[in-house]
Amino acid sequence: MRYLPLTDTDRAAMLEVVGAPSIDALFADVPEEARLAGPVEGLPNHASEMAVERHMTALAAKNLAAGSVPFFLGAGAYRHHIPASVDHLIQRGEFLTSYTPYQPEIAQGTLQMLFEFQTQVARLYGCEVANASMYDGSTACWEAVTMARRVTRRRKALLSNGLHPHYVSVVRTMAGFTEDEVAYTPPALSVETDLEALAAAIDDDTSCVVVQYPDILGRIADLAPLAEAAHARGALFVAVVTEPVALGAIRSPGEMGADIVVGEGQSLGVGLQFGGPYLGLFATREKFVRQMPGRLCGETVDAEGKRGFVLTLSTREQHIRREKATSNICTNSGLCALAFSIHLTLLGEKGLRQLAGLNHALACAAAERLSRVPGVELVTPTFFNEFTLRLPRETRPLVRALADRGVLAGVSLGRLYPDGDGRENGLVVAVTETVTAEDIEAYASALEEVLA
Amino acid sequence: MTVNPGGWRPDAPKVEAGSTLTYTGNRALMLEEPLIFEIGTTETTGVDFSPLPFRGGVGGEQDGALRASDNPLSQSSPLKRRGPTDRLGGLHRAVPIGLPGLSEPEAVRHYTRLSRQNYAIDLGLFPLGSCTMKHNPRLNEKIARLPGFADLHPLAPIDTVQGALAVIHELGHWLVTLTGMHSVAMSPKAGAHGELCGVLAIRAALEAKGEGHRKTILVPESAHGTNPATAAFAGYSVEAIPATAEGRVDLAALEARLGPDVAGVMITNPNTCGLFERDMKAISDAVHAAGGFVYCDGANFNAIVGRVRPGDLGIDAMHINLHKTFSTPHGGGGPGAGPVVFSEALAPFAPLPFVEKTAEGTYRLVEEETVAHRHSDSFGRMTAFHGQMGMFTRALAYILSHGADGLRQVSGDAVLNANYVLRSLEDVLDAPFAAAGPCMHEALFSDKGFAEGFSTLDVAKALIDEGFHPMTVYFPLVVHGAMLVEPTETESKAALDQFIGALRRIAERARAGDLSLKAAPVEAPRRRLDETLAARRPRLVWTEPGPA
Amino acid sequence: MTRFFTEEHEWIEVDGDSATIGITDHAQSQLGDIVFVEVPKPGTVLRKGQEAAVVESVKAASDVYAPVSGTVTEGNTAIEDNPALVNSAAEGEGWFFRLTLSDPTELDGLMDEPAYRDFAASQG
Repeated sequence: MRYLPLTDTDRAAMLEVVGAPSIDALFADVPEEARLAGPVEGLPNHASEMAVERHMTALAAKNLAAGSVPFFLGAGAYRHHIPASVDHLIQRGEFLTSYTPYQPEIAQGTLQMLFEFQTQVARLYGCEVANASMYDGSTACWEAVTMARRVTRRRKALLSNGLHPHYVSVVRTMAGFTEDEVAYTPPALSVETDLEALAAAIDDDTSCVVVQYPDILGRIADLAPLAEAAHARGALFVAVVTEPVALGAIRSPGEMGADIVVGEGQSLGVGLQFGGPYLGLFATREKFVRQMPGRLCGETVDAEGKRGFVLTLSTREQHIRREKATSNICTNSGLCALAFSIHLTLLGEKGLRQLAGLNHALACAAAERLSRVPGVELVTPTFFNEFTLRLPRETRPLVRALADRGVLAGVSLGRLYPDGDGRENGLVVAVTETVTAEDIEAYASALEEVLA
Repeated sequence: MTVNPGGWRPDAPKVEAGSTLTYTGNRALMLEEPLIFEIGTTETTGVDFSPLPFRGGVGGEQDGALRASDNPLSQSSPLKRRGPTDRLGGLHRAVPIGLPGLSEPEAVRHYTRLSRQNYAIDLGLFPLGSCTMKHNPRLNEKIARLPGFADLHPLAPIDTVQGALAVIHELGHWLVTLTGMHSVAMSPKAGAHGELCGVLAIRAALEAKGEGHRKTILVPESAHGTNPATAAFAGYSVEAIPATAEGRVDLAALEARLGPDVAGVMITNPNTCGLFERDMKAISDAVHAAGGFVYCDGANFNAIVGRVRPGDLGIDAMHINLHKTFSTPHGGGGPGAGPVVFSEALAPFAPLPFVEKTAEGTYRLVEEETVAHRHSDSFGRMTAFHGQMGMFTRALAYILSHGADGLRQVSGDAVLNANYVLRSLEDVLDAPFAAAGPCMHEALFSDKGFAEGFSTLDVAKALIDEGFHPMTVYFPLVVHGAMLVEPTETESKAALDQFIGALRRIAERARAGDLSLKAAPVEAPRRRLDETLAARRPRLVWTEPGPA
Repeated sequence: MTRFFTEEHEWIEVDGDSATIGITDHAQSQLGDIVFVEVPKPGTVLRKGQEAAVVESVKAASDVYAPVSGTVTEGNTAIEDNPALVNSAAEGEGWFFRLTLSDPTELDGLMDEPAYRDFAASQG
């Protein structure tokens, strides 16, 4: 039991101090009938490091790692190259094995990093302030809807049809319990967004309009008119960004008038990790800061006048406000925020713009090549690094057939929208800097084969 | 030349600590570090890119190969010079973003220097009560980074991720078996998210029975703040359950309050005073008899893992903080993971998605698409994708390492360590519930007996100078000036003895009114920070300094 | 002008049918450094016992309840801009809001200053 330092001699000496005959005797408050006499039955006993590694490695080997094949999946989780120094730095024990910075005198490393992170997120999103992270994009999205309710004292949220269906699912689940009203219809496989329709639907009960940018099909559009329409009726405009790299190429939601911008930060530093842990980003206007959920780091000075950082405005949070808190969130995504921040610092503005440019150029090339495959049509003429194809047949079996040919070709809309309605022939294809010309060609050839 | 035969050396001049300011502001290994905004520039980058893998324009054959350093979207790019080649619909981000970059050596130094201003378990004892800061095995980090786990897309075809689904299923099996419960929801992202999961399942179950009018959740005053916040977030009103003088739930008062408006109770067991709720089964029976459900906050499961199964105590739902009991690293505030185990009564209402093992031995994922005919009572989805996979692999590696016998030793040693601290210090620190018997995994002290004007905060800050992280302070709220010490099982006797010695000395100084305590910490990277200033004039992002 | 006090550590100064309301010096000292205050807008109709204002220190958040019913005529925006004023002059410049009393009989039974000082002392 390599993780337990006490020896039997230690235990005996300590029991003497405690005045108990045995460790079991320390559990005297547990009723006899609830106390197990020995280890829980039906489970194996302890194992060596080598044995555990062997078992886990065997399980890992049953998966097809993204990096081992031409890979084109996105839809809310993106595969980017992460510089080696990112993973090295987040594994420094002082970051990895520290706690929430409740004692600021010995947590300035985490706190300064959070202050830098908040500033990076605010600038990337074009907003005034950002918090120290949420669980992921989908939960940040729901938190934005509840914050809009607090700010406007209204309870109706309009969700764009381009919002990730999992995010819609989370909002609907939660709204069902909080008795918020949610308006949403799934997207048609079309270039047309619903932004104008949303603008027309805003009324005096609307708390917010929620739009994803780029959206689930990859579409991008100017959000400013919708933001203006929301503001004209006293509603907030919420933008959701699932691919932060896009903001190295296209205008930020904040520039276009968004009041709250939330999203997924996984693209930078975090990796795919089969869906988690990810990184919720949350930014807004300074005037709404007291309605924000989650932790905030702020600048101050110490007793000698030196600059330092602390968690601040904690009275919004559950450990002080309890049932009146802005959210119940406690543990967030600290280490993922660090990874994001390091990656973005390594990129800098120049690197981020270059990365975004590469993603876009490669995606354009892939879209052009794949839409030359007979029967394949590009649904979305404008996009960043992700676009939607309409195939002549249902895409779910095609995706599986392509996987059998060693190509992970994209996310079938049939998986995201099980109700069909024409969407079952849609395929969302993401292309990042990790894709090579050979990958695109291999994809196109395999697609020609399975469609032949 | 002459040799100095006497071994004489010049005396080191005697200087008061801190009296000499260095040019840099550094003090040897204590290194000051500016913000990235002060040292980076928007022209610096620490990342090189491969050139576009084809000549000329996007998919074209023209001349003008791109260099690795070119941004295909910049106006000077060969692509751009041939006219519009992008598909951004005119939405280019034209204005500067203001993101500074650092080269790799600068970045490594920046973050390494920052890291050294943090305390961590890797450095020493971290006795934060209720937080279970135990050693984080490095095998777990290695396992989580295997490409077969780390480099998997959550929406990859199901037959290409069978090993990942097997991990979720295997970990779920351990959690269900260790807790003696019926089933588990793996997707909640952290403890508070797990609480929400449990409370939503309770509400869904009540609504399914036509009991949606039950609108009150009862929570003890000693509960974590997340409990009442969660109940409110789920649409419930919250009422406090009184405690007995010995720090446990007052069963009689609870029974008197139960009725047709009560949806359930949220109880932490072992509780935040570090005590096992002896009446847990009776509490559960009473709540069930009154038509409600029992939620257990499993934050303190480390005290009983492998020895007590909450399912035997009538619990309906309990979250398990994988980042506490099962050693996944806290990472400076997350990520966590908060799977929730359910009783049979609540199991049908568990959220999407979840993993099922088929008769053929393969695994499938139950999502929206199949839910209608297989899991129609599910209350819905709480998060995109399937939960904290990176934490599942770490937790499973930890659980397999310890096994059933090791986990039993974990709780035993955790409880022994806490009792050792309690009994070694109760003569100098007031321990309000110590007379009632042994504590569980954490020892609770109060500020009673300190000299006038001396507080728990002073003790905490003095521990920093002694090289320890302070304990949890001012929680639970039911004890004045509370100090909650959770050493965990991964501390040696020698480490505990040193901690006890340091805390004993500090406690004696607080009782004696030693004014030098008020200055602590003096040896940390920063002295006490002005939280009032931070809150009155919030500066949450960096801004360019204005002209002086 | 008469000054009344409540067990919730608020003071009410009555001048005809107008009342000025704030928190007591004892209350501000219990809260510590006050960092945020939110006062009601003019025109707000308050019932006795309703949440009227918010006052926060670094570690605590409290609601200020309307000690009497009435319609708010003025909120003290000076303390919103400078919350420290509540610490330095809780029972003077650091007042919270003014209202027009809708039911002066609600003042019956409130404490006068000596009674309140005794009450506060007994609270420790």
